[in-house]
Amino acid sequence: MSAGESPSRATPASLPAAVPPRGLPGLDPAFSRLLDVPESGSGAVRTWHLLDNGPALAALGTTAVGTIVAVHGNPTWSYLWRRLLSAAVEQAAAGGDAWRVIAPDQLEMGFSERTGTVRPLARRVRDLGDLTDALQLEDPVVSLGHDWGGVVALGWAVDHPDLLAAVLSLNTAVHQPEGYPIPAPLRLALRPGVLDLATRSTPAFLETTLALASPALGPDVKDAFRAPYREPARRSGIRDFVADIPVDERHPSRPELQRIAEGARALGVPSLLLWGPKDPIFSDRYLDDLSDRLGGDVHRFTGAGHLVAEDADYAEAALSWLSRKGPTAAEVAQPGEAATPAEGDAADDPEVVSPPLWSRLDELRESDDVALVELAPSGRAEPRTVSWRLLSRRVRQLAAGLVRSGVRPGDRVSLLVPPGADLTAALYACLRIGAVVVVADAGLGLRGLSRAVVGTWPDHIIGARPGLAAARALGWPGQRISTGELSAPLRRALGVSATFGELLELGRDEILAAEPSAEDIAAILFTSGSTGPAKGVVYTHGRLQALRDVLAVHYGVGVGTGLVAGFAPFALLGPALGARSATPDMDVTAPATLTAPAVAAAVAAVDATVVFLSPAAVANVVATSKSLTPADRTALTGVRTVLSAGAPVDRGLLEGIARLMPNATASTPYGMTEGLLLTDITLDELRSVGDGPGVCVGTPIPGVRIAVAPLDDRGVPSATATARPGAPGEIVVSAAHLKRGYSRLWVTDRDADFRFPDGARGHRTGDVGSFDHGGRLWIEGRLVHVLSTADGVLTPVAPEQRIGRVPGVRRAGLAGVGPLGTQQAVAVVETEPATRRPALAAPQLAARVREAAGVPLAAVLAVPRLPTDIRHNSKIDRARLSRWAERVLSGKRMTAP
Amino acid sequence: MKVLVTGASGLLGRATARALLAAGHEVRTLQRRPSGIAGAEDALGTLTSAADVRCAVAGTDAIVHLAAKVSLAGDPAEFAAVNVQGTRAVLDAARAAGVPRLVHVSSPSVAHGGSSLAGQGAAPADPDRARGEYARTKARAELLALAADSPELRVVAVRPHLVWGPGDTQLVARIVERARRRRLPLLGSGAALIDTTYVDNAASALRAALDRVDDVHGRAYVVTNGEPRPVAEMLAGICAAAGVPAPAWSVPPGLARFAGSLVEAAWRVRPGADEPPMTRFLAEQLSTAHWFDQRLTRRDLRWAPAVDLDEGLRRLAASYASS
Repeated sequence: MSAGESPSRATPASLPAAVPPRGLPGLDPAFSRLLDVPESGSGAVRTWHLLDNGPALAALGTTAVGTIVAVHGNPTWSYLWRRLLSAAVEQAAAGGDAWRVIAPDQLEMGFSERTGTVRPLARRVRDLGDLTDALQLEDPVVSLGHDWGGVVALGWAVDHPDLLAAVLSLNTAVHQPEGYPIPAPLRLALRPGVLDLATRSTPAFLETTLALASPALGPDVKDAFRAPYREPARRSGIRDFVADIPVDERHPSRPELQRIAEGARALGVPSLLLWGPKDPIFSDRYLDDLSDRLGGDVHRFTGAGHLVAEDADYAEAALSWLSRKGPTAAEVAQPGEAATPAEGDAADDPEVVSPPLWSRLDELRESDDVALVELAPSGRAEPRTVSWRLLSRRVRQLAAGLVRSGVRPGDRVSLLVPPGADLTAALYACLRIGAVVVVADAGLGLRGLSRAVVGTWPDHIIGARPGLAAARALGWPGQRISTGELSAPLRRALGVSATFGELLELGRDEILAAEPSAEDIAAILFTSGSTGPAKGVVYTHGRLQALRDVLAVHYGVGVGTGLVAGFAPFALLGPALGARSATPDMDVTAPATLTAPAVAAAVAAVDATVVFLSPAAVANVVATSKSLTPADRTALTGVRTVLSAGAPVDRGLLEGIARLMPNATASTPYGMTEGLLLTDITLDELRSVGDGPGVCVGTPIPGVRIAVAPLDDRGVPSATATARPGAPGEIVVSAAHLKRGYSRLWVTDRDADFRFPDGARGHRTGDVGSFDHGGRLWIEGRLVHVLSTADGVLTPVAPEQRIGRVPGVRRAGLAGVGPLGTQQAVAVVETEPATRRPALAAPQLAARVREAAGVPLAAVLAVPRLPTDIRHNSKIDRARLSRWAERVLSGKRMTAP
Repeated sequence: MKVLVTGASGLLGRATARALLAAGHEVRTLQRRPSGIAGAEDALGTLTSAADVRCAVAGTDAIVHLAAKVSLAGDPAEFAAVNVQGTRAVLDAARAAGVPRLVHVSSPSVAHGGSSLAGQGAAPADPDRARGEYARTKARAELLALAADSPELRVVAVRPHLVWGPGDTQLVARIVERARRRRLPLLGSGAALIDTTYVDNAASALRAALDRVDDVHGRAYVVTNGEPRPVAEMLAGICAAAGVPAPAWSVPPGLARFAGSLVEAAWRVRPGADEPPMTRFLAEQLSTAHWFDQRLTRRDLRWAPAVDLDEGLRRLAASYASS
């Protein structure tokens, strides 16, 4: 038989089943066995090869709590699941739940029999049922699949409701939305004349799939995946699997796929989707669809792709999820939980008796007072002033128009609009109709923004022109709505289906449906990405209301207060507070460019008494204070409260701000996207506390609970936490205005979860700090930046502050080199004047730094610039610094960090 | 306890003999020339003579075996004769005489190739990986010594890393001499972290190992000050103590390793009177990180260095000032 001779499909060969060769990396040969299974309908007997960790569990003397049936896709084989089988045995050996894992090679695939037949989807679903019948599996069974094996596994799940306890899936798809072509690589493979050549007569499809792993598979692992597919005769199953992809309505397997897709909606069991987003085949589009059908938990492994089972620790995630949410879980799912969308781990939403976010807009609908002033609206020379009456009406009309153009409650709406009147109107309209707003900071940069937008898979995008252009260029999903009017050609080019003008017209009658409830999801806010890849943080209406109420009480912001909000998350809450807000003239993609005159102009525009600044902006505002006119200075004397929200800023900067606004109480609260306002400290208090173990952020805001979980020798925080003064630990917080969870990051949710002894849910901040005897919290660094030395843990902030005061040092970062438990501390400094190239610090400087540091230092290095996060100019990227120090202190070339 | 110290003419051997005397032990030393250590009994001889070794071992309760051929270059047969056969002779004599304790002094270089070491523990000796004749033969010697460990003869291997101090004719004197002649380059940035051992700390560690050998025998421990420093800073510190200029010019480490290999090859054909100015081993030692995890050593030997780096350098400076 010569390869590729016939363009039509050759009859598949019949070949017996076999066990895999020994010595495949990571695979225990004891898991392998052959099983004869009667085929339903035909009476034929088929021999399956399967991996089964049942005997290993029995040898441990454990009784399995249930069975996971794991189905590989095309063109892999059960080898894909090796880590899950082993991890399940290890978990059982360690005293955890004993999960039996059965991973068959589908017929025609892997080491199972080549039956000489072609097996379409419906046959494969029945095949799997034949196998589980032969194995006489008892409940509970968890289905697990990958790729087209995911479809087969879901089909089995639909057909076995009596056995099914939970559904797990890796990258797969059960539905091809109309109007969207199937992924290009598959289209290519399916072309006549290409199919057999690509899939059977050559190993091209197999090799292409194996090359998708990220990081790349080792040669021995690749060989193991190739093992059952060495000859064309053994690869017919690969070809026939590809040919069985229901590309269109007429495909014979389409009805079965449709049946599975519909059945998936009604499974009624917990589910977890573990996804590798870098997948050219099963993109986020399919994740969105499947998550919509199953309604359960999702974790997207950043950086992982199609072979997510190779790229990420899916086995740990799956087993851990099963013990928390599966049939053996001690905590039973809350009734009605499945009815709410599962965005993030559902925290028990507190009883919130608080008016909705748009209530001020309703109350002030007849008021001609100023609601908003936009100092530099795009395309206009003059500031734009919007009254409460206008804003209120616009929000209602826009809301009604959005509903009529197809935006439903629960739909995700990505807002790509710069701060100002349009953003405010879009935001409150979406909130009013129960749509979920997705807000990512433009400071993430286009790549980070794209990852954030695609990762949430919005149903709609509301954008100004630059946002829409990016959406078009980068292929972001969703119906596109433009805030401005567009020419017809531009509108077509950007793929815009509606404009604000049209929506306002469409919603003229202002007829609106029921309001969302406090438990409904209101917003997904993206983190800055300064502490890892940007994460979507989920807020409910109730939690945002609580945030508004905290701001109102703590800073005395209410109806009629003039507010300048240069800190985006708080700026959005201006209308909810009833405040008269001003948006200063600034480039939103570069908060560090905000100037003092721009702040003064905004203050003057609304007679502001309250000013919120972002930490990135503070330094430039202070630096540009010389350009203030006497009138500007007069306007600033009216400010009573000024704060730098987000990351705490240095006392010197706060002093600078206080000089600009001499009648204001300056303060610097501590918070993060997951909990925007947690503690606060005024400048006066900051002056009085003096030096300590880090940066003092003051006492908890009323209603916020804070404790620290002590660290062990290796820097691992304990499960319990204390608010007593003493050693540093991971800061854990709880408050009504905290996040509800993360979006599509179940593992991250799990890791960030903290339980106080009374059962209150808390958030692990990833920050390390300690309390002093006055009940004040001191931030000592990030948990990942804690050094684990032979003398115990070492937190970086205090040594950095001490070194930063050494004459000749401008700024210092503390890095750790060497293995945990025996790390060495290294100081890296920016000098005054700046050094031209990185090198060991001059001997005198090194000696002064060592003396000041207060901790032993293995080396002192001087660099022209410390690596910092692009958004938070004040934050030194210590992780990067440590990787660099590790390299240069091992003797590698001295590069810049 | 009566303790035999082999190789007491060297820096560490002398300090060890003195430390043992100070701790109240009787000390006998074995080397070619009189040790000049007040209170010690000299048994003159060489390791290459089994008879000399047997004589020296007779009647002792413990042995600290330091004697070795330490050099950057030389005849491989000579290294093997002293370091491997010499160790075998000590072990044979100890077994024959029924001496129950032996502290075998080794080197961290027995376990490592040319790669950078950051915070490693004591891996098993490996003659195939060790670089240069000294390290290779010391690796074989350590394997022999630990293989001889038994209930009757308790053996522990101790690997002090880069021992230095006043009166050092090996490391310190070479650095200072080359620096004086401005022939001491830095390799690369000079930032590679190197941990060293002040001689008194190494001696106290050997004494501690002797005290603890009944509990820790059969194992190997790396001993250092536990204060890694960039190699340039360490060299500058030593030069400053000796009053000579610190190295001010730099050679790319790759070039130095290459040059080292060439010089080594040339030295094998036409050995010079002095040591080669650079060897591949030395180039690697001076351009890659070498520092170690000291937690197990300190816990098991119940020992900690008493002299920190700064104090050691002060003592070195004092000794140069008085000489």
